[in-house]
Amino acid sequence: MGEDFAVNLPDLNYAALAPMLILFGAACLGVLVEAFVPRAARNAVQLVLGLVALVASLVAVVLRAPHVTDANAQTAEQAISIDQAGLFLQGAILVLAIVSLLLFGERTLENGGPFVAQAAITVGSELDRKQAAKESGATEIYPLALFAVGGMMLFVTANNLLVMFVALEVFSLPLYLLCALARRKRLLSQEAALKYFLLGAYASAFFLFGLAMVYGFAGAVDFRTIHESVTGSANSPILLFIGLAMLSIGLLFKAAAAPFHVWTPDVYQGAPTPITAFMAACTKVAAFGALARVLYVGFDGLGWEFTPVLGVIAVLTMLIGAILAVTQTDLKRLLAYSSIANAGYLLIGVLGGGKEGLSSMLFYLVAYGFLVIAAFGMLTLVRDADGEATHLSRWAGLGKRSPLFAGVFSFLLLAFAGIPLTSGFVAKFAVFGAGIAGDQTWLVLFGVLSSIILAFPYIRVVVLMWLNEPGETTPSVSIPGALTSTALMIGVLVTLVLGVWPSPLLDLTANVSNFIR
Amino acid sequence: MEPTLMLAEAAQASAVDAPAVLQQAVAYAPATGLLSYMWLLIAIPAVSALILLTTGRWADKWGHWLGCASVFVSFVLGLGMFFELRDLPNRAVQQELYSFIPVGTLQVDFGLLFDPLTAVFVMLITGVGFLIHVYATGYMADDEGRRRFFGYFNLFIAAMLLLVLGNNYVMLYFGWEGVGLASYLLISFWYGRPSAATAGKKAFIMNRVGDAGLVLGIFVMFTQLGSVNYDVVFSNAGLMPTTTILVLGLLLLLGACGKSGQFPLQAWLPDAMEGPTPVSALIHAATMVTAGVYLIARSNPIFSANLTLQTVVVSVGALTLLLGCIIGSAKDDIKRVLAWSTVSQIGYMFLGVGLGGGAYALAIIHLLAHGFFKANMFLGAGSVMHGMNDQVDIRRFGSLWKYMKITWLTFMMGWLAIIGIPPLSGFFTKEPIIVAAFARPGWTGWLYGMAALIGAGLTAFYMTRLFILTFHGPKRWTTAKEGSVDQHPHESPPVMTIPLIFLALGSIFGGMLMATPVANWLTPVLGPPTDPHPKMGHLTITVLSLVLTVAGAGLAYALFQKGTALVPQPAGPVVTAARNNLYTDAFNEAVFEKPGKWLTRALVFVDNKGVDGLVNGLAALVGGGSGRLRRLQTGFVRSYALSMLLGGVLVLGAFAAVQLGWMG
Repeated sequence: MGEDFAVNLPDLNYAALAPMLILFGAACLGVLVEAFVPRAARNAVQLVLGLVALVASLVAVVLRAPHVTDANAQTAEQAISIDQAGLFLQGAILVLAIVSLLLFGERTLENGGPFVAQAAITVGSELDRKQAAKESGATEIYPLALFAVGGMMLFVTANNLLVMFVALEVFSLPLYLLCALARRKRLLSQEAALKYFLLGAYASAFFLFGLAMVYGFAGAVDFRTIHESVTGSANSPILLFIGLAMLSIGLLFKAAAAPFHVWTPDVYQGAPTPITAFMAACTKVAAFGALARVLYVGFDGLGWEFTPVLGVIAVLTMLIGAILAVTQTDLKRLLAYSSIANAGYLLIGVLGGGKEGLSSMLFYLVAYGFLVIAAFGMLTLVRDADGEATHLSRWAGLGKRSPLFAGVFSFLLLAFAGIPLTSGFVAKFAVFGAGIAGDQTWLVLFGVLSSIILAFPYIRVVVLMWLNEPGETTPSVSIPGALTSTALMIGVLVTLVLGVWPSPLLDLTANVSNFIR
Repeated sequence: MEPTLMLAEAAQASAVDAPAVLQQAVAYAPATGLLSYMWLLIAIPAVSALILLTTGRWADKWGHWLGCASVFVSFVLGLGMFFELRDLPNRAVQQELYSFIPVGTLQVDFGLLFDPLTAVFVMLITGVGFLIHVYATGYMADDEGRRRFFGYFNLFIAAMLLLVLGNNYVMLYFGWEGVGLASYLLISFWYGRPSAATAGKKAFIMNRVGDAGLVLGIFVMFTQLGSVNYDVVFSNAGLMPTTTILVLGLLLLLGACGKSGQFPLQAWLPDAMEGPTPVSALIHAATMVTAGVYLIARSNPIFSANLTLQTVVVSVGALTLLLGCIIGSAKDDIKRVLAWSTVSQIGYMFLGVGLGGGAYALAIIHLLAHGFFKANMFLGAGSVMHGMNDQVDIRRFGSLWKYMKITWLTFMMGWLAIIGIPPLSGFFTKEPIIVAAFARPGWTGWLYGMAALIGAGLTAFYMTRLFILTFHGPKRWTTAKEGSVDQHPHESPPVMTIPLIFLALGSIFGGMLMATPVANWLTPVLGPPTDPHPKMGHLTITVLSLVLTVAGAGLAYALFQKGTALVPQPAGPVVTAARNNLYTDAFNEAVFEKPGKWLTRALVFVDNKGVDGLVNGLAALVGGGSGRLRRLQTGFVRSYALSMLLGGVLVLGAFAAVQLGWMG
């Protein structure tokens, strides 16, 4: 009987786990860098370390891709499922994180960068004014970001609700911190972080409670067992439905779907803009990756049960995002509401179901990620003495002052609006197509309606930039440094290329849209 | 419904009760050798146009020579292909470059076809085109926009070649719209002049009317036959019901009338003379305006399949040729007279293609000869304007033969050719059409034959009037005294006169040399030449037409050898009507323009009051909703948490509702 109590160490497939291990290792190394490298060199060292780690992790993902089979995808006692779709999501998170990290490292737009040096110093105090003027920004952001990226990668490959919850916390906590680190408008930033933390904790509680309910129903937390119980268990389905509803709430919170979107505008506005870009791109990928895995893998047999409910949420999300965007006067908030509406479009893809739905969602996530990073990146360039000038009225006539900037930003706005020859069009076309293919035409109708409404605020910015005379308060557009320029160039180019020649990525997403149970 | 299915049904139907239509399977061989490079014919001028239109001022110095060279290279290539085609057993080769529009059952390839009909058009377009390009280097020498001009000119050549080289109707339409665009750009080339801008718009809009017909015709083909490729359409044209063929043919005819300035869409062509004269010569005389004739000749299996259709085409041709002659007799602007003459001559060609059978080839031969002598006379007119400070009023010319000998002599060749004096080209190409018209069975043979015959007399009258008033008689030049400029006419530079000489040679010998060989050459496409049996003997008709020609010319000589008044004099109702284009413009205005304007106003009213009201109302609703919803975003984390809780309750409730529904 003794061997019953022996601890069986799980088999770990290191090749499959390498991308995450590299990131977590590099993040720990980053903490050590904080302790041992002189302050002056830290930013450069951390930036290089972060980029190298992300690129190495991406290389590991790419190298792993040809070797993934149904048999070897799951590891660590089936707790982690690094299948084709999971690997694609990891790769997408990494690529978007690399581009965002370039924005983190920017030091030429503002003396010391976009982050505050000592977040603990009281706002407005003597010390604060001193540090605002000259001290270099905190470099802890890099290990924090690496932890967050690692957590997201685990989140999208978790094959069991407990691992998923742990991963959720692993990537959420660094994000809360990162939100509080803006150099300018620090009160707003701290308020955003606190709100995000409180509401995030609240949502996590929903998730955990849902987990417990599902455990009560299925007697297990791994997706395969849950799936088996869903299709053939004698237990009361009430537990299951409460569980699924609460799990969804936790995930929809991260995805910024209505009515769990309320944090989004405040947090997007308050957070340092590079962090906003990072969250809007990478968190979206993580949240939708995990949501799709839960729905496709765990609760696959309940499709027609949850589809109407999530459908209503998708419609609400699209309409609220679009309608509220109409009256926004701050560009960051405008993009936040646009991000909410886009979560609704993504839900159409998810609810479209099947391979097509998943594939369209994956494409949308990549296309939207690059687009939104580029857009927030552009916001960092329009500055006045108080930092970024994001109020709409300040952008009047910008086209006359800086035609190149306004031209590129107009292009991005057209991409948001889904005009052909931009990635936004192809992405929307894909999710709407998947929605129709999955018999969710009513969602697509609302999607189109919402797109029409949403076109107004986008085009209004274009009109504002080009057709208004510049006023005395019109801020100047700063010349970005090499890092921001690279990030912007990548974002804009990908937006264009995916609009003109989307087939390679569409083929790739169609090939990888396959979750292993 | 599957178009192919309909085809099968139609085939069955035709086997039972349709009239026996001669079904000839049309098949094209794949292109080999030099012919497999036929895309180069289009690509070379197209690339040249791109270079000319996108490079900046630094191309000003050599741009026009690039324009000429590209057309010349196309000409040489076309000539090589012509000879290669001659030696092939199946004289029709096609080449499919790539799939152009693959949508469901509609498969349109970017395909090219080189057959005898295409070959003669390629020769005409590139050959005459090259001469006019060379001429234009001189004519446009002092114009600031010369590079742009040659860019458009090359664009035109490329589009026109695409039009005649396509192996399906969509390619033809592609080229059709391309030449329309080039024509628009070139008519309004001097866009600073309001009259040129207006003329360009007029041409474009009237062409759109015709184009709509062509496009609908292509749709009919697709729905009825499932294909727009020439071989499929022609092989199966006879299987369509008679009414369908009639409708299809009338739609194509509408397109042809628009492009070729035939009644009732003729009004744009004379106004198109606002463009530079080389444009008038190349586009609005020699090539583009004959595209309608090409369309009908190319679609001969469709037009031959329905007698009513042929009658309509013949009527349009006969009516237009008389209309053109009558109006041309009353005009004083040298280019407008020539433009109305073009309208009239294309009327002859329509008459030819409408008669069908052997007359298809006659129309094409007349088209080729017309390409030479009309280009010749237009360029001659350009040369006169060049020497006379852009004066265009023939009342203010006179006696110019002394000052511009080459222009005078070459213009004389064009004049003799068009009125049909043997042995110049017009005699060999116009006579057979008149004969063929008389050969039409029944009383219509008399009608159309007489129309063609009277047209010949009128042509002689107005062309002689033009020639005499321009080159002979007393000087009636403008002077500084009357507030205008003093005239010092001079001959144009060799770069302009040499093309004139070439074209004059074509005007002299073209008809003689082309009449028989070209008819035989075109046999594979248009059927063998036939020997018509007119109502009167061949010789009688020839003599009659020569008598009428000489009479018309003599009358004009008698009236105008002493010159004419410097300004138009009051005249009787007929001349007044002719001066006013026989009130065709007034007719268009009353019947189409006015109701169109009313419709526009009504629609604008509905749009402003109804549609805009709805849109603005919805926008206000959204804006108001947005303003209200915004208040929910209080900024308090407690209310956010509350809304999340409410959302959670709702989601749970919804799940419960679905669950209950499921259980119930």
